Amino acid sequence: MNNFYSHLDLPSEEIISSCIHCGMCLQSCPTYNLTFDELSSPRGRIRLIKYVAEGKLQLTEKFAYEMNFCLDCQACETACPAGVKYGSLVEAARVQVEHSEYTSSLSRLIKKVAFRKILPNFKYLKLFAKLLRFYQNSLIGKFAAKILRVISKKLYEVNRLAPRVSSFFTDEIFPEKIQPLNEKKFTVLFPVGCLMNVMFAEENKDTIELLTKLGCEVIIPKKQTCCGSLPAHNGDLEQARKLAKATLESFKEYDFDFVISNSAGCGAFMKEYKHILKDDKEYSSLAKKFSDKVKDITEFLYQNYDFTQFKSEEPLDITYHEPCHLVHTQKVSNEPKLILLQIQNLNLIPLNEATWCCGSAGIYNVVNYEPALKILERKMNNIKNTNAKIVLTGNPGCLGQIRYGKEIFNMNVEVLHPVTLLNRIIKSGDLK
Amino acid sequence: MIKEIVLNKIKSIVGADNFTTSDEHRIVYSYDATPVLNQLPDAVVFPENAEQISAIMKLANEEKFAVIPRGAGTGLSGGSIPVENSIVLVMTKWRKIIELDIDNQTILVEPGVITETIDLEANKFNLFYPPDPGSIKVCTIGGNVAENAGGLRGLKYGVTKNYVLGIEFVSPTGELIWTGGKNFKDVAGYNLRDILVGSEGTLGIFTKILLRLIPRPKLSKTILAAFSTNVDSGKAVAEITSSGITPAMLEFLDNTTIKCVEDYAKIGLDTSINSLLIIEVDGKTSEVEDDQNKIKNICEKNNALYVKIAKDENEANKLKAARRSAFSALARVSPTTILEDATVPRSKLPEMLEAIQKIVKEEDVMLGNFGHAGDGNLHPTCLTDEGNSTELHKAEKTFERIFNTAIKLGGTITGEHGVGLAKKNFLELQIGSAGLEFMKKIKSVWDPNNVLNPGKIFSLKPKCEGVLPSNKNQIKNFEEGI
Ligand SMILES: Cc1cc2nc3c(=O)[nH]c(=O)nc-3n(C[C@H](O)[C@H](O)[C@H](O)COP(=O)(O)OP(=O)(O)OC[C@H]3O[C@@H](n4cnc5c(N)ncnc54)[C@H](O)[C@@H]3O)c2cc1C
Ligand code: SF4
Ligand code: SF4
Repeated sequence: MNNFYSHLDLPSEEIISSCIHCGMCLQSCPTYNLTFDELSSPRGRIRLIKYVAEGKLQLTEKFAYEMNFCLDCQACETACPAGVKYGSLVEAARVQVEHSEYTSSLSRLIKKVAFRKILPNFKYLKLFAKLLRFYQNSLIGKFAAKILRVISKKLYEVNRLAPRVSSFFTDEIFPEKIQPLNEKKFTVLFPVGCLMNVMFAEENKDTIELLTKLGCEVIIPKKQTCCGSLPAHNGDLEQARKLAKATLESFKEYDFDFVISNSAGCGAFMKEYKHILKDDKEYSSLAKKFSDKVKDITEFLYQNYDFTQFKSEEPLDITYHEPCHLVHTQKVSNEPKLILLQIQNLNLIPLNEATWCCGSAGIYNVVNYEPALKILERKMNNIKNTNAKIVLTGNPGCLGQIRYGKEIFNMNVEVLHPVTLLNRIIKSGDLK
Repeated sequence: MIKEIVLNKIKSIVGADNFTTSDEHRIVYSYDATPVLNQLPDAVVFPENAEQISAIMKLANEEKFAVIPRGAGTGLSGGSIPVENSIVLVMTKWRKIIELDIDNQTILVEPGVITETIDLEANKFNLFYPPDPGSIKVCTIGGNVAENAGGLRGLKYGVTKNYVLGIEFVSPTGELIWTGGKNFKDVAGYNLRDILVGSEGTLGIFTKILLRLIPRPKLSKTILAAFSTNVDSGKAVAEITSSGITPAMLEFLDNTTIKCVEDYAKIGLDTSINSLLIIEVDGKTSEVEDDQNKIKNICEKNNALYVKIAKDENEANKLKAARRSAFSALARVSPTTILEDATVPRSKLPEMLEAIQKIVKEEDVMLGNFGHAGDGNLHPTCLTDEGNSTELHKAEKTFERIFNTAIKLGGTITGEHGVGLAKKNFLELQIGSAGLEFMKKIKSVWDPNNVLNPGKIFSLKPKCEGVLPSNKNQIKNFEEGI
């Protein structure tokens, strides 16, 4: 082969040539806005990917760095008038980087241990989470944090970045099937999500409660694994495909109207199943059927309910941060805002640069701590300028990152998943 | 290639952090938005101040390497594409707004400031910076001044040159010079400022730009008119502009463009219609309503299928943003889009539109057409594939004929994108050989060693002095005028 890629999942030539290098995406790119250097722009990255594909540039360390410096936030896709599917290019390029000698040791470790060993296995994940919870709550944890601070600021911060493990896990407190609190309207499948399950169990609980209040029978599939989104977005497509198939298997036995996701990243990837498995004889039709039923929770709520009858007890100033995987990947942007606008007594204040990445980007904030922090600072400033009391965002990565930002920049703002606020406002029995 | 020892000298001027010869950097600075053309530079530098730029220019004259100034690289004539033996001088980090003078209604900025930022800043004080090229969200003001960029509002508000009051620049030989200023009237000496505007990075590197702002219009309305033929819409345009109304904006889109734009923007454009006019009128409330009605009548008289008025600012902005995306959106149809900007006096617009249709048919090419119809500035865009040489050749032939037609109608080969590398061969056709020679003379006085963005606009033949070329490559370089 005439290129410098070594792995089978090649960046698509067709997508590469669909970029007419007009530059219309430059200003929307958070990393370009850090450096103002074409090298870290979408257009620049596409050109590098092209050169490696054509065998004109070796897969170099600098190339690897740029591919991982990219947040994969896909803001450039939204901005691109020519319809260039940048996300799939950079993800393919990352697969190549992973199979080269230039993968960072930290990211390699995370990918090897977390993506390949812990995420796929629910038991391991929970065991790991319990250990982490013990660590976070214990004196050892506090002591270790102090030592880390002395050894390396970065490690210390990475340690702080990890969202705290929830005091309970979703799938342990809820049964497999949860009946609606009033007349049944839909049966929905709710994959509790690997990270959401152990780190954001509160948000999961809110989701389930809200759905049952709204007449949904909620099924939590017992045998599920990670949906594959984290490995997919970080250059491990092989593992992601494996997990996608396992997910499809575990959902096969149920009858349902929709698959509901409260994690933008997972939702985005489950909607992708039909594309990544389209050439798979065994799974392609199942994947298509499944993907077509996947809805982000806000998308589902907006399309099936009217919220104008609900009212917040007190007037609330709120604002909304758009998760990349919701606005740019799933193109779900108006739905959550429209719901919030429908509810009385909620004052939705527009957030400047709401569609900009918060710097979380999967494990980006762990691997690229410094740039992620700069991007986060910009986000937090924008949030501060709204003077809102609550900032809403529907993705675990964003929730974790913005909560972290709130702490380090000492801000007085509550960071919630939209379902949490909705669940507070909507009382059971409100809907007849 | 520039010699290692010279490269080291450049590096010591800007500092190691602002200098690179890495393959990756050379690759990402080898192109701009111009289709097909590209060339690797030998190095890329990010100067931090005017003194560094000045030192680089002096060194360039001593060591005879070329310097290519670059803004955001959205140029469409190859202005910031490197030539052989060159370094790219990137100005995108120069993003400071230095002063907004409300009393004199001026703004002083660094050249890397994004054009849209200037208008947003002005807006805070109810002031207005009108030039709004399609690339407004990404291009730099330095690039705008160098290309004398136009925009959607050109018809009523003019183009970049109408707003440039002063420029601080480094000359090709390295002097730092200020020209122009806040005075409304100023006739002290030659007007260097105005020859710098539109000089395509060949006469100086801008380091500060002083711009005029104007009061913001009170109200604006955006009108949409659909037609079943391009000729009808062309006639409507000619009638509107000769009726005494000056719309702020009068944009034309043909069917191919409408389809692509709708595919991207999803704003509910009717993709079945043949051509569309997007018209904006602004000013005082009473005026705006008056103009709006007159325009509606004219469109209807010229067989408009329907005329609609945007219901609020949000809808109007969406329409304008969609129109700005036209060029890039056309890329959805084919891998290569070659866009030109032939312009004719506006009374000749219907004739031009008809001629283009005929040429397209005869040459059998796919073409999307849109543009600033109000000022006669069209953007016929060939949808082709640079990988297919027959197709590419057909596109070239088409444009040659379009240029010739434009010139015959008293028009120009380029209304706003500049000559650059892309249209060099057609310049003489328009301005004649005496005009061309005179321009070359000016260039050689400003830049005796031809080191600043050489080979753009025109090629200079080398003077018969110095060492004789010893290999083929050198001769080629000479012919290119490097
Ligand atoms: C989608 C799209 C739409 C467009 N629409 C329009 C339009 O409506 N109207 C229009 O006029 N153009 C339009 N353009 C063309 C382009 O955006 C303009 O020519 C713009 O002015 C280029 O600015 P830039 O910052 O990208 O400059 P570049 O492309 O980087 O450079 C352009 C020229 O300016 C010179 N230059 C840059 N900075 C400096 C400096 N500081 N000092 C001296 N010289 C400098 C360069 O050497 C080069 O010759 C469009 C382009 C695209 C891709
Ligand atoms: S990705 Fe899209 S917007 Fe960016 S340069 Fe390519 S075609 Fe233009
Ligand atoms: S995905 Fe985000 S960070 Fe990466 S190039 Fe696109 S806009 Fe920039």
